Amino acid sequence: MILPQFEIQIVASLVAIACAIIGVFLVLRKMSLISDAISHSILLGIVLGFFITHDLNSPVLILFAALVGVLTVVLVEFIQKTKLVKEDTAIGLVFPALFSIGIILISTNASDIHLDIDAVLLGELAFAPFDRFIVMDYDLGPKSVWIMGGILLIIVVSLFLFYKELKVTTFDPGLSAVLGISPILIHYGLMSISSITIVGAFDAVGAILVVAFIIVPASTAYLITDNLRKMLIYSVAFGVISAILGYWLAFILDASIAGAMTAVLGLIFILVYLIAPKHGFLSNLSLQKRQAKEVKMLTLLLHLNSLNDGIENEEREIKHLYRHFRWTKKQANSILKFAEENGMIEIDKELIFLTNKGKEFSAKAIDYIITNRDDKIEGMKNEFMLFRG
Amino acid sequence: MDIFEYISLIFTDYTIRNISLGTGALGAICGVLGSFAVLRKESLLGDAISHAALPGIVLAFMITQAKDNYVLLIGAIISGLIGTLLISGIVTNTRLKKDAALGIVLSVFFGFGMLLLTFIQKNPDATQAGLDKYLFGQAATLMENDVKLLSIVLGLSLLVLLMFWKELKVALFDSDYAKSIGIKTRFLDSLISFFIVLAIVLGLQTVGVVLMSAMLLAPAAAARQWTNRLYVMLIIAAILGVISGVVGTAVSTTYNNLSTGPVIVVIAILIVIISFLFSPKRGLLMRQILFIRSRKKIEQTKVLLLMYNIAKTHDDVGHPHSNKILNNFQGIGKNVLKSLENQGWIKVNEGMWLMTEKGFNYAEELNKGITL
Amino acid sequence: MFEMTDESKYALNVHDLTVAYDFKPVLWDIHLQVPEGVLMAIVGPNGAGKSTLIKAILGIQKKIAGTVEIFGKPYEKMRKEVAYVPQKGTVDWDFPTTAFDVVKMGTYGELGWFRRPSKKQKIAALEALEKVGMLPFKNRQISQLSGGQQQRIFLARALVQNASIYIMDEPFQGVDATTEIAIINILKELRSSGKTLVVVHHDLQTIPEYFDWVTFLNVKKIATGPIKEIFNDENLAKTYGINYKVTINK
Repeated sequence: MILPQFEIQIVASLVAIACAIIGVFLVLRKMSLISDAISHSILLGIVLGFFITHDLNSPVLILFAALVGVLTVVLVEFIQKTKLVKEDTAIGLVFPALFSIGIILISTNASDIHLDIDAVLLGELAFAPFDRFIVMDYDLGPKSVWIMGGILLIIVVSLFLFYKELKVTTFDPGLSAVLGISPILIHYGLMSISSITIVGAFDAVGAILVVAFIIVPASTAYLITDNLRKMLIYSVAFGVISAILGYWLAFILDASIAGAMTAVLGLIFILVYLIAPKHGFLSNLSLQKRQAKEVKMLTLLLHLNSLNDGIENEEREIKHLYRHFRWTKKQANSILKFAEENGMIEIDKELIFLTNKGKEFSAKAIDYIITNRDDKIEGMKNEFMLFRG
Repeated sequence: MDIFEYISLIFTDYTIRNISLGTGALGAICGVLGSFAVLRKESLLGDAISHAALPGIVLAFMITQAKDNYVLLIGAIISGLIGTLLISGIVTNTRLKKDAALGIVLSVFFGFGMLLLTFIQKNPDATQAGLDKYLFGQAATLMENDVKLLSIVLGLSLLVLLMFWKELKVALFDSDYAKSIGIKTRFLDSLISFFIVLAIVLGLQTVGVVLMSAMLLAPAAAARQWTNRLYVMLIIAAILGVISGVVGTAVSTTYNNLSTGPVIVVIAILIVIISFLFSPKRGLLMRQILFIRSRKKIEQTKVLLLMYNIAKTHDDVGHPHSNKILNNFQGIGKNVLKSLENQGWIKVNEGMWLMTEKGFNYAEELNKGITL
Repeated sequence: MFEMTDESKYALNVHDLTVAYDFKPVLWDIHLQVPEGVLMAIVGPNGAGKSTLIKAILGIQKKIAGTVEIFGKPYEKMRKEVAYVPQKGTVDWDFPTTAFDVVKMGTYGELGWFRRPSKKQKIAALEALEKVGMLPFKNRQISQLSGGQQQRIFLARALVQNASIYIMDEPFQGVDATTEIAIINILKELRSSGKTLVVVHHDLQTIPEYFDWVTFLNVKKIATGPIKEIFNDENLAKTYGINYKVTINK
């Protein structure tokens, strides 16, 4: 690996880590799309900054961009407060407005300077190594590394200083007011830092990849855990892995680095979505099938339980299952088999009887259902999905 | 050129006519279908689907090797529909909420599309050219066939709406109740989703990805402020959409440097701002006026009652009192006295005030109302 | 044969209804037989499955097992006989529509696809609005209505359907005293004219005064029947799990 390749991956990883951390809080607070909004509207800030300084490399651009980012949030919330439209409508109106103004300003005033809009939206990591931070003739490395590194430092420090506050305001805003923590301050702090991060990152990776780095790793982590610490760790891990794998994918295919990284992020998300142990789609499916079976069996047992012992009631007939439970023959047979396998029932001449085990099981189940107390079904939890809750 | 030249050109010039009709039709479609998106609380679906369409476009191109518009359109629609399904899937099957689902589909699909695009077009300039059109739209390239397509889609959506109007209304407003009276809400939901995807994909080539979200929302959000009837809202939204499209195109054509998309969006959002501020029913200006008026009224009532209680203590209720008495109580200015006088409830003269009979009776009624 | 005629005398007949979601059983093996012409309350603690029961009966909520019959026939065939009044909170009241429009929706079931409400339906809607005292507000945007007024509109919408059975979910929640009295009077009137009313109710205190039948529900059906027989401390304790003493104010 040659140095520029290494540097690109460093920049990407720094971006990934910074975005992953912010992303966790935005996703948990259900504010993911504000990142999409900010990433587009900051174009306006860059344009305004450029008009003032006429220097594409001036830090004023970043400052203005960050300010426009915060402006976006302020405008969105202002509109939301008026209650004239719903929350997300406000977002969908503000950022295209600011973005459009930015574009119009560019076309009318700066058409002689090539402010490459595509680069702005899509970024070009490939060029990151070439834009170096030179202080007094010492080449300190790519500028992006310093900028992102600085931003990441701010993020990590803020995270340590305000971890408790962030946690409380995210999970229990009501409690935070009681504890004297101002949710509003934390909120605007988060928004400002997000704004700065998005600005810093999109210079390197473009608007779309920033959004991807913010939303996707955090969401993927959320599929696996709801513990804040773990979520932060997983999120960062997924982000960095995607950044590195993505880079090499782009290298092999000779295609857009940003695109490749996003694609890997998506791939990881889909994998986790399908196979995550507790909440993954596939495991859900099989669990649901099993659960449906158990529920039907329990229904049958409880029904039998309510009948008087020993009496050859027509309600015990297998035929009754079709009529009253509206189960098909196939369903009924499979449930009967399941119940028999578990030793819950006995079938004698087309009539169904509860075994002792079945009676015990039903009694415990009823108890649990009525009182909703877990201790009633202690022994049964392992065997039956149904009671895992 | 000036505005009159332009208007005459709409009738005479083939290109300008096409563009105006095309953006007008698109505006109408966005107004009508956007109303549903807004009322279904799916405002940002437009943003997500416009981004999600990219891989479909690229794949369609890769498979057919043709830059035929319709092929690409179909690719976009399929990709958009898959995106919609995925979004619902994520929300239904995981603990992630709508915002995260939209963000995931939006960024991942688009990034994937980017990957494909740069993979097949090794020449960076060619990539930019293709992307530019998709990102910002190029209304100038609207052909007669495009206009025909847009009109057909507009016609179809209106037809569907007409057919299923009342069912759609109930399903939107109260889906549980709708189900209870036997309405097939899932079918209707899918139908509307399909048309929304269609509208978005059609709009992409005119307004571009980033701005499609606004086109879908703005006319509807503006229209909502002017009426409380659903069908009127759709009509107004369609009209506002048409205006945004046509005026936007006119402005951007007159100034050669501007691409149409951003101008149309700015016009649409200006209309929204005007609606937010000045609508007589919900507008912020009206709200403020009503608020100030009611505050004034409350103040007047307070003062009048105060005067009543003072006047009551005299046999002659018209007994004049010095203004200075009022100074012991807060917030009684000359304006309040003036308006009370204008309404004939008091008379003011040289620093003294007295209640008229009319005023005294009115105050008595007020007092009764309050103590009851 | 024997079963059919016996069962069809019930306005609402629920057999073995079971609903579970998210790995938790919510309703178990519900047997519920409601005779015609009663005004019945369904009560139970939070999470007891009351709303779920309603939704499962109406086919809005998927059930794992069970059948629902209206006058002896399957529910799907008898929709026209059942009018649903959902909880107020489930709807977005900023939706652009007027009170009149909402009530007219009650006629859509009878109209079927493609037909518009004609004069007949409009008159029916106006009459329903009158009945609930909302005629002066018919052109009011629904967001401008108070909680009580919104509830009345929902009731009017159900009245228009001219159904035999009314199923209501917490109609007195968040409603002013005057509206509550107005609504319960309408319900009693409906009962007198032979309708059957099933009402999920949250306030135990008012049950003896408002209703003549009660069903206690807590995931399982605890008891059902006339107030005099069923509304007692024993059933309350079984349902709510604590020593609940209720003084019935006569």
